[in-house]
Amino acid sequence: MSAKKPIKYAMYLAAVAVFFALILLPPIIGIFTKLSAIQEVLDQPALMQRALNAVVNSFAIALLVSALDVAAGVPLAWLITRGKSKWLNVLDTFADIPFIVPTAALGYSLLLFWNGPGGLSALFGGSLISTGWLLVALLHFTFSYPIVVRVFVGALLDYKREYEQASRTLGAAPLIAARTVTFPILKPALIAAFILSFARSLSETGATFIVAGLFENGPVFLQNMKNAYSSGLVSQATYEGATVFASLILIVTSLSIFALIRILGSRLRLPFNRVWPTMERKFSYSKATAARNTVTLLVFLVIVLLPSLFVALPAFQALFTDTFSAAISSSGVWVNYWQSLFISYLLGAIVTLIGFVVGLPMAILIARKKFGGAISTILDLLINVPLIVPSIALGVSLKFFWQNFAFIPEFILLIFAHLAITYPYIVRSISAAFERISIDIEDAARTLGAKPFAVFRTIMLPLTKYSILSGAIMVFTRSVSETGATLAVVTNLQTAPVVIVNWVRALQNPALNTNITPSVVGLGCGILIVFSFLILLLLRLVTKGKGRY
Amino acid sequence: MPEVRVVNLTKKFGNIVALDNVNLVIHDKEYFSLLGPSGCGKTTLLRLIAGLIEPDSGEIYIGGRRVDNVPPEDREIGFVFQTFALFPHMTVWENVNYGPRVKNFDLKAAGTIGHEVLELVKLHERLNAYPNELSGGMMQRIAVARALAAGAKTLLLDEPLGQLDAKVRNEIRYEMRRMAKDLNLTAIHVTHDQAEAMSISDRIAVMKKGKIVQVGTPQELYMKPNSLFVAYFIGESNFLEGSVMEVKDRELLIELRGGDKVKVLGEGLKKGERAVVAVRPEVFMTRQKTQSENVLKGVVEKISFEGTFVRYEIKLKSDDSLIVIRPSLTENWFDVGASITLSFEPEKAHVFPYPETSLAEELSV
Repeated sequence: MSAKKPIKYAMYLAAVAVFFALILLPPIIGIFTKLSAIQEVLDQPALMQRALNAVVNSFAIALLVSALDVAAGVPLAWLITRGKSKWLNVLDTFADIPFIVPTAALGYSLLLFWNGPGGLSALFGGSLISTGWLLVALLHFTFSYPIVVRVFVGALLDYKREYEQASRTLGAAPLIAARTVTFPILKPALIAAFILSFARSLSETGATFIVAGLFENGPVFLQNMKNAYSSGLVSQATYEGATVFASLILIVTSLSIFALIRILGSRLRLPFNRVWPTMERKFSYSKATAARNTVTLLVFLVIVLLPSLFVALPAFQALFTDTFSAAISSSGVWVNYWQSLFISYLLGAIVTLIGFVVGLPMAILIARKKFGGAISTILDLLINVPLIVPSIALGVSLKFFWQNFAFIPEFILLIFAHLAITYPYIVRSISAAFERISIDIEDAARTLGAKPFAVFRTIMLPLTKYSILSGAIMVFTRSVSETGATLAVVTNLQTAPVVIVNWVRALQNPALNTNITPSVVGLGCGILIVFSFLILLLLRLVTKGKGRY
Repeated sequence: MPEVRVVNLTKKFGNIVALDNVNLVIHDKEYFSLLGPSGCGKTTLLRLIAGLIEPDSGEIYIGGRRVDNVPPEDREIGFVFQTFALFPHMTVWENVNYGPRVKNFDLKAAGTIGHEVLELVKLHERLNAYPNELSGGMMQRIAVARALAAGAKTLLLDEPLGQLDAKVRNEIRYEMRRMAKDLNLTAIHVTHDQAEAMSISDRIAVMKKGKIVQVGTPQELYMKPNSLFVAYFIGESNFLEGSVMEVKDRELLIELRGGDKVKVLGEGLKKGERAVVAVRPEVFMTRQKTQSENVLKGVVEKISFEGTFVRYEIKLKSDDSLIVIRPSLTENWFDVGASITLSFEPEKAHVFPYPETSLAEELSV
């Protein structure tokens, strides 16, 4: 026993070391090695102002969108968990779609729906919503919405309904009971949903780039600078300076905001502590409830679901044109597409695998407090850092960091970047699964004579495999969908969402004179979405299958 | 006046019938218990009365008003949960004042009520504590105080003592009854603990598999069980199988499985029918002098000392086992292996027809 202990601790220490050396520090430190480049921007007030505006736009949109998402997503989560119709299961599945569809395809779909000639805009004789901040906000609302729903559905399922029932028997109408008892008790879930939606909005790059037009937020600004540099419009010094400047502000501000939410969040009392019994009763029963559910469903269907899937229309039409045969025979632009799709899925698979290997010991370390409670809490906070930092800034910083060492192939850099972005997801899903299982079960196995590794293999792994598997699928999806970090670290390699982004940009800029047509982009998105659906199906099978504990 | 009445009440969960056409009247100001093994439907019945779940069919009346379409907040009931469900984000005072606040009471009057109920449960000094700082017993009392402050005239208690230590439980159960009586409340108390129900209730409904088997005072249930199940579930009984030899008015002569003949009082049984005789362990006498009828001979197989009583396990000639309880301090004890002659008076035993399925099935919970 005592001889084996060092081995065990060496494993946990190695996991912590890998976390710091590979996941946490490169994306943070990298940017500081290039601090001197900022001088270039300080000498160009106009550029600096543009960068600052872009960053402010990022936070403003994230704030607005997350607040709206919580307001719109919570009623749907409520309907899904509390409603009686069997259709709610279907609704629950559909709510995941915008999460699972790679954002680049989602962005194009929204562009077609709100802005394109064949979409909703046709009814209005022109573009209903032109590219710019409103379309960006709509896009961010759409892809963050499932996160809020998912988090809050989970929270409501775990919630002990007796609190709410007690409130009802004490005389509270349903609305008052929800407002004064359920929501305050579920406040941590509300905050978590807000943070996740906020972080996702800050990070998203590819789709935002597609719908932004002349509008710039942080990631779009960084991407514009990169494009300007590669087409020779700005000098390397200006490009690096602007990139470092904007990334640094994005990283520092996002980390500060999240620190602030963490500190203030637990002290914050929800507003409206007062109750208005007579008035609130009116909003509690059948008519008001039906009205609320109708609005909730309408928002979900018209603003979230329909625009997300709108690209299916041109994709379907493309099936009956030359485009389809070109795609199948992999001619012209499609060579590139299939290659990028292969790279995306290969990358996703490698990242998921490595993430699992380096993340598992960390998850156990955190869940079982192997190094004591304080260290677990700190590590638990730190693993969230890559989730919070906007991914394009993370990619920029990561690239600068590894530049200092040696030449590293782009694909390896991509693995590092995606590993950093997905690491929080895998560790959190495994540690949450472990925390749900009482340590008594492990202890029982030990007293029956099982060695620690046997306990893990025969008890913990079977009990947590479904959570681990669904975590793995999430990580895979996230990696396939990621554009920000990818765009930041690569110059030659292209993943599938990057190809989509480039195609849409080519469409929007006829001067480039490429042979990209709307039907090509539509089909490209359609194929990505079909693959995503298969993954969603797999996720459902895994998490709904028998043998869940 | 909060008389509680349910009529033909049925509730199904999927294919499981949790409550099967139940009828029950609970009188105003009565301390009433719903007693039964887990899964018998007692909590379902309580939750239906509270409005926390909706019936499939049937009617519920509280104080003469039909309430099955009334939401729980308008039924004027107080519900005490097994887990107490004190709001974790509110102090004791905020918990107690929650009812008056959401019911739009005059806040000044509500404050007075709050102080009164906290005095009543003797927890006034803990008014600024949060629930996680209280012991189980304190939480239980706050849960009751909270229901009272909301103006409840009917108190619904779902295993309110289930989470407490044995010692605290015994103290609190009398306190609950006293409080309900002092405040003229109607109380419906759900429990699976027959000793708890017996010691505090005016009347008890014994439930089994979604049905009410018998309603009565604790004495009635103990002395006159209407079924094998009640004889088994309330207190303790020995069950002796046999068949009816003779019927003379209410007097039956039963031949037991081992060949012994016993005389008991009972109705509704015909000659030749199979029967089960239920005899409580404390009914047996061990003096073998005068009694010439209802005599059973056996050997002491096991003996256990339980303080006030000695418990014997006795094997009869027929191989059936009997439990016999005798006072420990006023009699000489029998040793293991000793022969023993038992007898009982006919009016102290109960006789039931042999159940259609089997004895074990009838007694299963």
